[in-house]
Amino acid sequence: MAVRSRIKTLKIDGRDVSGHEDESILDIARENNIYIPTLCQLDGLSIVGACRLCLVEVQGWRKLVPACATYIEEGMEVFTNTERLQNYRRMILELLFSEGNHICAICVSNGNCELQDLAQKLGMDHVRFPNLQPVRTVDMTHERFVVDRNRCVLCARCVRVCDEIEGAHTWDIKGRGVDARVIPDLDIDWGDSPTCTSCGKCVNVCPTGALVVKGQPSGEMIKRQEFLVYLSEIREARNG
Amino acid sequence: MGKVTVATVWLDGCSGCHMSLIDMDERLIELAEHIEVVYSPLVDRKDYPDSVDVAIVEGAVSTDEDEAKIKKIRTHTKVLVALGDCAVDANVPAMRNPIKVQDVMDRGYTDPETVALQPQIPTENLPRLLPYVRPMHEVVDVDVFVQGCPPSADTIYYVITELLAGRQPDLNQMTRPGA
Ligand code: SF4
Ligand code: SF4
Ligand code: FES
Repeated sequence: MAVRSRIKTLKIDGRDVSGHEDESILDIARENNIYIPTLCQLDGLSIVGACRLCLVEVQGWRKLVPACATYIEEGMEVFTNTERLQNYRRMILELLFSEGNHICAICVSNGNCELQDLAQKLGMDHVRFPNLQPVRTVDMTHERFVVDRNRCVLCARCVRVCDEIEGAHTWDIKGRGVDARVIPDLDIDWGDSPTCTSCGKCVNVCPTGALVVKGQPSGEMIKRQEFLVYLSEIREARNG
Repeated sequence: MGKVTVATVWLDGCSGCHMSLIDMDERLIELAEHIEVVYSPLVDRKDYPDSVDVAIVEGAVSTDEDEAKIKKIRTHTKVLVALGDCAVDANVPAMRNPIKVQDVMDRGYTDPETVALQPQIPTENLPRLLPYVRPMHEVVDVDVFVQGCPPSADTIYYVITELLAGRQPDLNQMTRPGA
């Protein structure tokens, strides 16, 4: 059996908590039922720290840090829900909305969307930034699935699940800033992809209406993610 | 104390928000004891009154007429409520924004694919489309944002009763975009 790492003690929102040194602030917060909003993080996938919604404050640290990508340290004091954080989180969400085309009323994921849930949970009652109205594409060439880049938040969950769990590495992100977009292989039509196995894992981990099942009526586009932790555990066990 | 005066206004929306308002059913009778609807698509009055307590406005700002209307309403209203996703974030009407106005007009009035009879672009008595459809708060200050497409009758009832009680409605748990 592997030697288990050392135990560290710390404070989160004034509560004394502890965990192993190889655990993140987010892990420990969740173990103690302390809510930190997340979007790009998904149990079973590697950590990328792409969305910044999980930012927390640490006493004495000048920068805010992503809870999902920061290991706990002995004696650290973490604050997860200060007014400053609430403001930043709301701003991040508003930027995500203004940078895409999110028209929930006509989106197939309306009612089953992690972005929409976050908007409600974090009290985003309107978007203060002007919408950029980017021209983004929809690719319906795949036999069973659709990618609607208007709804993509660039969390890279699809990229990671396809690479790390399915082992196909069909997806990638091309371009920077507002031009960034998910592409199959070397930016070809999804339907022509020689690597895609049509497993549907990307669709199921996508938090929004960006990856959906073709022909699925609104209200029934429910994503299933339970498989993920299970598969990644098997993979880890196999690799020793 | 006199009744609270209320206006309801319909800009670039589908009237679904007004349908939802009417959906309050018998609660409308209860509300009628406290409010007086002084201006509305449901009221026969042409000009916006000089002073209104609460204006509940549906729809995005899409035309020069919408813009003039909402600016006038803001000047003559104490509390401005943006009702529904079109008012709050421009919603479906904003889908034309990446397209040039001229192309939108052609598609609607002259394109043989969509127009069979007398293709012509109307020039009189029709509000002019603005280059971009905008949410209300980009044009005037908004006091209450009510998301939903449309917001439910319960949500609208809550908004009105909270305002009558002199409170800012906290809509977080009541509604969301696309609700
Ligand atoms: S992806 Fe989510 S937030 Fe975006 S339009 Fe669809 S339901 Fe709304
Ligand atoms: S398509 Fe979905 S999973 Fe992939 S980056 Fe966009 S939002 Fe994330
Ligand atoms: S959940 Fe931590 S950065 Fe996205």
